Amino acid sequence: MAENDLKILGAWPSPYVMRPRIALNIKSLGYDFLEEQFGSKSDLLLKSNPVYKKIPVLIHDGKPICESLIIVQYIDENWNSGPSILPSDPYDRAIARFWATYIDDKWFPALRGIAAAQGEDAKKAAIESVVEGLVLLEDAFKNCSKGEKFFGGDKIGYLDIALGCFLGWVRVTEKMNNVKLLDEAKTPGLYKWAEDFCADSSVKDVMPETNKLAEVAKIIQAKIRAQASS
Amino acid sequence: MEEVILHGTSYNLFTYRVIWALKIKGIPFDYIEEEHSDKGSLIMKYNPAFKRFPILFHGEKALSESMVILEYIEDTWPQNPLLPIDPFDRAKARFWVKFAGDKGHCVGTMYYTTGEKQEKAIKETIEMLKIIEEQAFGDQEKNFFGGEKIGIVDMAFGIIPHWLEVIEDIVGVKLLEPHSFPRLLNWVQNFKEEQVIKENLPNRDNMFVFLKNQREILLSSS
Repeated sequence: MAENDLKILGAWPSPYVMRPRIALNIKSLGYDFLEEQFGSKSDLLLKSNPVYKKIPVLIHDGKPICESLIIVQYIDENWNSGPSILPSDPYDRAIARFWATYIDDKWFPALRGIAAAQGEDAKKAAIESVVEGLVLLEDAFKNCSKGEKFFGGDKIGYLDIALGCFLGWVRVTEKMNNVKLLDEAKTPGLYKWAEDFCADSSVKDVMPETNKLAEVAKIIQAKIRAQASS
Repeated sequence: MEEVILHGTSYNLFTYRVIWALKIKGIPFDYIEEEHSDKGSLIMKYNPAFKRFPILFHGEKALSESMVILEYIEDTWPQNPLLPIDPFDRAKARFWVKFAGDKGHCVGTMYYTTGEKQEKAIKETIEMLKIIEEQAFGDQEKNFFGGEKIGIVDMAFGIIPHWLEVIEDIVGVKLLEPHSFPRLLNWVQNFKEEQVIKENLPNRDNMFVFLKNQREILLSSS
């Protein structure tokens, strides 16, 4: 039984759920992982996150904390003796927060847009906007990493977690649409970073296998198509 | 201390949030007003990701996106804190900041659309206000979301006092009714009377004229 009373409400395919799990791994904190059933929301979830009714939720000593990146910051601030997740310098913190906002508000919606695109032209445009975003993030990587392996330096940090959690879905999208998004030629820094991130000890066990994710993606797509035609 | 220069646009909530934060902390700064339509060299160099103001310069450091800037201001100048000390309370505050960011755009949509789109935006705005009224204040009676003093959540919800009122007038709806939103209206009153806010709000009549004209231009070109 964990020393701290920590539970995560989540689901293994969700990139957002990965974020607090990685953060808890970095701090070597044990937790109970309560898996939500696909297509339904438990009473505990509805009670813990009445505003959004979404995973992940961290429940610490019975108190819920919602929104993946807010949970990551909470973990970093509450257990501040472990390795740091956010940078210590205010400007570096601002840069990390800025790009995390960009990833959630602009870049991941663009990635999701590839699956939703109707027709070849729309798909092409969606792919282009994802790749453009990665070029911006490549630049951010150069500035943040300062020659080290990760956005956070020699260890993974906030921005690594914010972007890295989507790598499984990037690979699934590449596979299902026969396209290269993370291109070694265009974004060499990010290409290498992706390998290093997925191999990291705090990430390995919570990063889903691409094949398994692809099966989930097919189920989701089938559901969307069924809803669209009904 | 390194120079602080804020580039913003008139009548823009995001610009005002940064002004409020700097004023509350007593940080001297220069303000440069930019054109709304300016997507020129500053924006392309310092915020190509979102292509908008405000942009804050602190010495040679450039920051954009208002809530990112507010956290930077909080980290850099700890006096008159905008965030609570306790990590759980900080997480709650950040949650409402995110909520304001996720949902606040419906006020803008209400403003620049008509017909079905506008009706949908009005509905969404009312839903947003209801959630804030019922859940954001917590159990205690207090003047502000942050407690006895203005904090980051009050600034995040800054669109509601002043801006929403003007947009209600332009669009011809009244959403913030006293019987439906007593706590929110009490907060709006407290917020607008707070010294730093009172002294740093756009002139209401000028803003009304500006937004009304902008709306006419927007609607005629769509």
